[in-house]
Amino acid sequence: MIVADQKPIEEILQMLEPYRKVLFLGCQSCVAVCMAGGEKEVGLLASAVRLARTRQGRPIEIAEGAVKRQCDDEFNEPWAKTLEHQEAVLSLACGVGVNKLSERFDLPILPALNTKFFGEVERQGIWSEVCAGCGNCILHVTGGICPIARCAKNLLNGPCGGVRADGTCEVSRNGPRPCAWVMIYERLGRLNQRKNMEQLFAAKDWSTDRHGGPRRRIREDMLLEG
Amino acid sequence: MREREPKIVAFCCHYCAFAAADLAGVLRFRYPPNVHIIRLPCTGKLDALYLLKAFEAGADGVIVAGCLEGSCHFISGNIRAKRRVLAVKSLLSKIGIEPERLEFFNLSSAQGERFAQIAREMTERVRALGGKI
Repeated sequence: MIVADQKPIEEILQMLEPYRKVLFLGCQSCVAVCMAGGEKEVGLLASAVRLARTRQGRPIEIAEGAVKRQCDDEFNEPWAKTLEHQEAVLSLACGVGVNKLSERFDLPILPALNTKFFGEVERQGIWSEVCAGCGNCILHVTGGICPIARCAKNLLNGPCGGVRADGTCEVSRNGPRPCAWVMIYERLGRLNQRKNMEQLFAAKDWSTDRHGGPRRRIREDMLLEG
Repeated sequence: MREREPKIVAFCCHYCAFAAADLAGVLRFRYPPNVHIIRLPCTGKLDALYLLKAFEAGADGVIVAGCLEGSCHFISGNIRAKRRVLAVKSLLSKIGIEPERLEFFNLSSAQGERFAQIAREMTERVRALGGKI
């Protein structure tokens, strides 16, 4: 899923400063699962913003809602009428949702979240990055563990010197993380596929990643028009 | 003109704080009548939104009272509630509301007098902070 983080409330209040009538629109997909922008978070944020603005002596009128998937026009369309009466929308979706609403509606769409990464639920309350969406998957060789996403240096042919004796990486964000290549080595051992370690990868062609510009996927057979 | 009494909402666990409030009444301990009790099956039922909504609805202070640590009937409801209260206190301080207006307490069903004392303490604390939110 796409993992996001709510922006600091101070920043959100600053964005909302010029407005008095705003729709807070959440998304019930990825960001609801990672507890950043679902219906529940819309309620909490709206309540906090109302309290803050009342305290400042500048009350704000907030409409609250959440759509199934903000990245898809058909789910946003039912909100068109509500939007006619708003000065702005605070979107609690990932950046895709903010872009999608901005393409469709001619009023300011403000992001309430910082969109971070493709992640897994490690356990409730902890999400970690396991896929980088690089556009050229090699997981069948690496035992299902991605060195592009899970190695700080995106190394393709084994670990660097930064791996510690306990198998963790010297790069640590929110606590120590295991070295991706130690994980791959152990996993391949369990799968009796350690021979895969001998397969050498040439320098990666990053053109399938963002380096080839914004990406677009087209399935001709699914197009509806002529 | 007489100063308005601060409004306090108390979210109380059915097994301890609510029973303690009941006991306070039975034992005739006096506590301010402006404390409005809302019974929860366990403080684990507490949602952060309840706290914010209480303030939005005009509460000047909010008490959350759960079982003593280690005595929760649902094992860890009170610990989880305490964590949520801490998160909301931090949020309150960022939106310009004194975090002291919200407090978590642990007490047993036998502590009727302690409940009355908490009610008095919170009323005094909120009165000192003054004003309406």
